Amino acid sequence: MRAPTPSQTVGPYYAIGLCRRPENELVPRDAPGALTLAGTLFDGAGEPIVDGVIEVWDAVGGRWGRCGTDGQGRFSFRLAKPDAGPHGAPRLDVYVFARGLLKHQHTRIYFPDEAEANAADPVLAQLSEDDRATLVADDEDGALRFDIRMQGERATVFFAP
Amino acid sequence: MTDTLDEIVLPDDPDFGGEVQVDYPGYRSTRWRAPSRPLVSLPEDQHDLRGPVFGEDAIGEHDGDLTRQHAGEPLGERITVTGRVLDTDGRPIRGALVEIWQANAAGRYKHDVDQHPAPLDPNFSGAGRCLTDDEGRYRFVTIKPGAYPWRNHDNAWRPSHIHFSLFGRQFTERLVTQMYFPGDPLFPFDPIFNSVRDPKARALLVAQFDLATTKPEWSLGYQWDIVLGRNGFGHNTTPLEENA
Repeated sequence: MRAPTPSQTVGPYYAIGLCRRPENELVPRDAPGALTLAGTLFDGAGEPIVDGVIEVWDAVGGRWGRCGTDGQGRFSFRLAKPDAGPHGAPRLDVYVFARGLLKHQHTRIYFPDEAEANAADPVLAQLSEDDRATLVADDEDGALRFDIRMQGERATVFFAP
Repeated sequence: MTDTLDEIVLPDDPDFGGEVQVDYPGYRSTRWRAPSRPLVSLPEDQHDLRGPVFGEDAIGEHDGDLTRQHAGEPLGERITVTGRVLDTDGRPIRGALVEIWQANAAGRYKHDVDQHPAPLDPNFSGAGRCLTDDEGRYRFVTIKPGAYPWRNHDNAWRPSHIHFSLFGRQFTERLVTQMYFPGDPLFPFDPIFNSVRDPKARALLVAQFDLATTKPEWSLGYQWDIVLGRNGFGHNTTPLEENA
């Protein structure tokens, strides 16, 4: 058994290597069922994190994308709601990288129009109502909003590796 | 917690304990960014998540040779950095996307935010990518990055390093890390390097000089193997105290 190579922060200059071209469209912009998902990454002081990277992964559809946060901490993706996998409600797996984050953090995005599937999802079911709410995107006039908070009262739920 | 730039928290402060720290006080920016609550465990059967697959179309012609991306050659010490990407059983991971980025020889990144008054090099962008071959091997030709100052604490300098990003077979093997050069005198003073508390684990971040990889009359060679595993270091085992 070999020990895994330790993680180190992505640092402030990741865009040189990781944002060389736009990679935030998991499906073509005008694909049937395509949705815009946007949000802001916040630190524990409530300030936007302007040097973060968000990666989203639809393991069922095999679709991946990433987006560096902008000067207001915002990120956005064009994506389609994944099919439900074998383990529960439709979801996207999300990795958050940032300067000041020594290891990326794992969270999930669930969908607001899947109330029944979300209620039956084994991962959501183990969470309190408030924590569950941090993992379900909000529907804002047909676009999805998903803010990520690293710390604080409404901190996003992150999963252990 | 360190609140002033001139008050470095020494890496060997016994109060830190433990090996896995995302809330590492010596690295000030972790204070508001590391998750403050314990991480939630997933059911065991939800960890095996296959990852994205990248093909040759992800790789441009000079992506593996950072010295040939412009009309002229970059200044600095030419080096080859190569090694194998392995799983924790020591098996090669083939077709893994490896992305790197780095400062130039003067310690300056080609990035708007970097205000270090060292020269940019018009012949160096500092970005590379490649896929591992059938033996799990990656290979980059580049120049040795310079050390550079940062504002974490008074007189703070980062040791020379190359940033690495890797995708393994599974999304849970995803890794972003930094490769360092052997014998760097800045090691004892760098809180990012020392955020890995176990010295044996920390040593895994340091490449080895390799004469066989060194090209006569041309460039030095370094070997650095990377092991991808789900149980990466750095997960949060103890919550930060609120307003600590």
